[in-house]
Amino acid sequence: MSLPFILIASVTLLAAAAAMSLRNLVHCALALTVTFAGLAALYLNLDAQFAGFAQILVYVGAVAILIVFAILLTRSGDTPNQAILAPGWIYGIAISALVFTALGWAVLNSSALPKPAAPAPEATVKNIGEWLMSKYVLPLEVIGLLLTAAMIGAVIIALREMKTKMEGDRP
Amino acid sequence: MSDRIQQVIEAFKHLSLVDKLDQFFVVLKQLVLAGVPEGWQPLVSGLLSVALVLGVFPGVFALITVIERKGLGRIQNRYGPNRVGIPFTKIRLCGFGQFIPDGIKSLTKEDIVPYAADHAVHFLAPIVMLIPVLLAYAVLPFGRNMTIADYDAGLLFFFAVGGAVEVSVFMAGWSSHNKYSLLGAMRAIAQMVSYEIPLILSAVTVVMIVGSLKLTDIVAHQSDYTCGIAHWYVFTPWGLAGCLLFFIAALAESNRCPFDLPEAESEIIAGYFTEYSGFKFALFFLGEYLGMFAIIGLGITLFLGGWTSPVSFLTWIPSYVWFLAKLVAIVFVFIWIRGTLPRLRMDQLMNLAWKFMLPLALINILVAGVWHFMGHDWQRWLVCGAIISGAYIGLGRGLMQNQKLGKRTYRFAE
Amino acid sequence: MLGEQIVKGMAVTARNFFGSYVSKERLTTVQYPEERLVPKENTRQFPFLVYDGDNWEKGLRCVACQICEKECPPKCIYIVKSKDKKPDYKGQPQLYPLTFDIDISVCMSCSICVEVCPFESIKMDTEFELSTDDRFEGLLLHKQELAKPNAHYHKVHAQDAKDSDAVLAAETAKAEAKAKAAAEAKAKAAATPAAPPPTPAG
Ligand code: SF4
Ligand code: SF4
Repeated sequence: MSLPFILIASVTLLAAAAAMSLRNLVHCALALTVTFAGLAALYLNLDAQFAGFAQILVYVGAVAILIVFAILLTRSGDTPNQAILAPGWIYGIAISALVFTALGWAVLNSSALPKPAAPAPEATVKNIGEWLMSKYVLPLEVIGLLLTAAMIGAVIIALREMKTKMEGDRP
Repeated sequence: MSDRIQQVIEAFKHLSLVDKLDQFFVVLKQLVLAGVPEGWQPLVSGLLSVALVLGVFPGVFALITVIERKGLGRIQNRYGPNRVGIPFTKIRLCGFGQFIPDGIKSLTKEDIVPYAADHAVHFLAPIVMLIPVLLAYAVLPFGRNMTIADYDAGLLFFFAVGGAVEVSVFMAGWSSHNKYSLLGAMRAIAQMVSYEIPLILSAVTVVMIVGSLKLTDIVAHQSDYTCGIAHWYVFTPWGLAGCLLFFIAALAESNRCPFDLPEAESEIIAGYFTEYSGFKFALFFLGEYLGMFAIIGLGITLFLGGWTSPVSFLTWIPSYVWFLAKLVAIVFVFIWIRGTLPRLRMDQLMNLAWKFMLPLALINILVAGVWHFMGHDWQRWLVCGAIISGAYIGLGRGLMQNQKLGKRTYRFAE
Repeated sequence: MLGEQIVKGMAVTARNFFGSYVSKERLTTVQYPEERLVPKENTRQFPFLVYDGDNWEKGLRCVACQICEKECPPKCIYIVKSKDKKPDYKGQPQLYPLTFDIDISVCMSCSICVEVCPFESIKMDTEFELSTDDRFEGLLLHKQELAKPNAHYHKVHAQDAKDSDAVLAAETAKAEAKAKAAAEAKAKAAATPAAPPPTPAG
């Protein structure tokens, strides 16, 4: 563990904790943005430039904005009065701890781990592009199809609302 | 240690005069680096480059503010600022000292924070604005061997940090607790998100042809000459279309006239930075202009050959001079546009982005593919030119179709 | 075609831009401190006090009647009457202002003081470069700063000054005629002491 890693990781974790515990929803969203940026910094620290930049571009640039807009457009800026922790928080923590142990156990016992660390393949942008277009072309296409379907669905839902509204407007 | 300094000086002596001029700053940096211990070199190198960027570009910003006011003045048949020169003397310099009192004024003004504002976010917004803007300069090649961080995915880095500006705009607009600020932020984000797509898509064509996201590679591909004319991408059909699309989108991204809805003075005061004063206002102003320079710098790198000279007999002019000259020239065109065009309406803005620029950018990608696969025939000029101009005329018709142009009729006033 | 009109507009602005460097008619700006427009005949800024002759203290026409002080709408004139009298332009002994202050930060240049003054002694000036770094004392003009010779009045408003001189001359002539008549009557009375005093009608 190097110093940069510790710094970045602590900032990321702190921001994540803040995102969960702050009272004002917009503050939460901004803290979440810091978390995203911290993750991107972690990727860059691992020399994964493409993943890091894509993380910033997609999460900081787009997802964070989407979240704050959703907050702004759906509710007023007043801070909610209820407690930070939901009533059943003990169960929640128990379940997440369970899931975490299961995942950790699976990862630690997987057959991929003990292998001597092969020299990491050079993850240049060019390589990633070539893999996406050859070896991983099917997952890519499937994701593309999924996103297209989601977008068309969103458009259709919005269209129906508009139609009913227009009909309602008529005398 | 002195050995290394000797080496650097020795190597410098062997360069020709033109190269000496061109590589002056590079060698200067090497010289300083040779003087510091091994372990400190990366840090010192970074600091030197950052110092250069922080010194040069705010200086350019200061000059551009004066040029802008003078240029707009001349367009409107006024003088513009022409009084302030060197302080405490009678030398006027045609008013080019105007930025000094401007700067002093904005730095010494009272910093007012609205009572209802979200103080922490309000304070952070200008800083969050400036950081990504300055980061963007890291990948720009200002001259031969003059790139601070020559990333493999440099172009992606540029767009990624550009996206972070939106967060700061939102922070400023939301935290001010003012309806104009929030409206301005909403408009700004809607506009930035819409125009980011044609911006990136028009840049994609260059990536397709070059086959790399590295900005130095992109410049290197444009540095050959045929009959004394450089191989800039703007001189190809797809490059011309891409260049125009890129700079229109760049205008919108930097919130300049005619895309200045986010800070339309006549409608919403100053948009998202309405509630900022003094130094923070100056930071926003600076961030806006530095962002514009950065995006123009990227456009120059992509389409206008970066730091290369347009004709082969002018290659003796140092590369960084070319870069700055192109930058100032494009900024001047931006000022000219600002002096000419009125502000768009919101629906016109969105129509232009989604119904005209986006399809044209997609067709342009297709054309770039055709160009790539038709080899070095002369026919590819005809084919690509025909597709692009056909698409331009067709899409332009489509955009103008629903406009009710003609004499304006009034219902109540005669 | 799309963009045609944009190019036309750009051409117009470019013409203006370069035209402003070659043709002087385009640039209508007057570079103020060095170049100045000739002031209009009707320019009225702030009041001043007219004096005749060379001595500003002796020649002051004002007789401290305080009409202007009372009529000034924002009440920016402050006058203290003198205790003694001194001869005015007609030679009559008159009061004179010990203090005459006008606060031009309050004055609204309405010219009412000029209209009400029966002695042609307060007039409007065309001076407008009165900015100062002391906004309290610097803008409170005292008698000495307000006093300006009649020649100055002739310079700023020639026609009005002529009219005003004519009025004064007519009044002086009348006063002189009256004085003469009075002197004659006195002399007559002295010559014929037995004669009955003149009837009021006569
Ligand atoms: S011009 Fe009007 S306001 Fe000024 S001193 Fe005369 S009466 Fe008063
Ligand atoms: S300026 Fe005229 S009105 Fe005013 S006090 Fe003197 S004589 Fe009277």
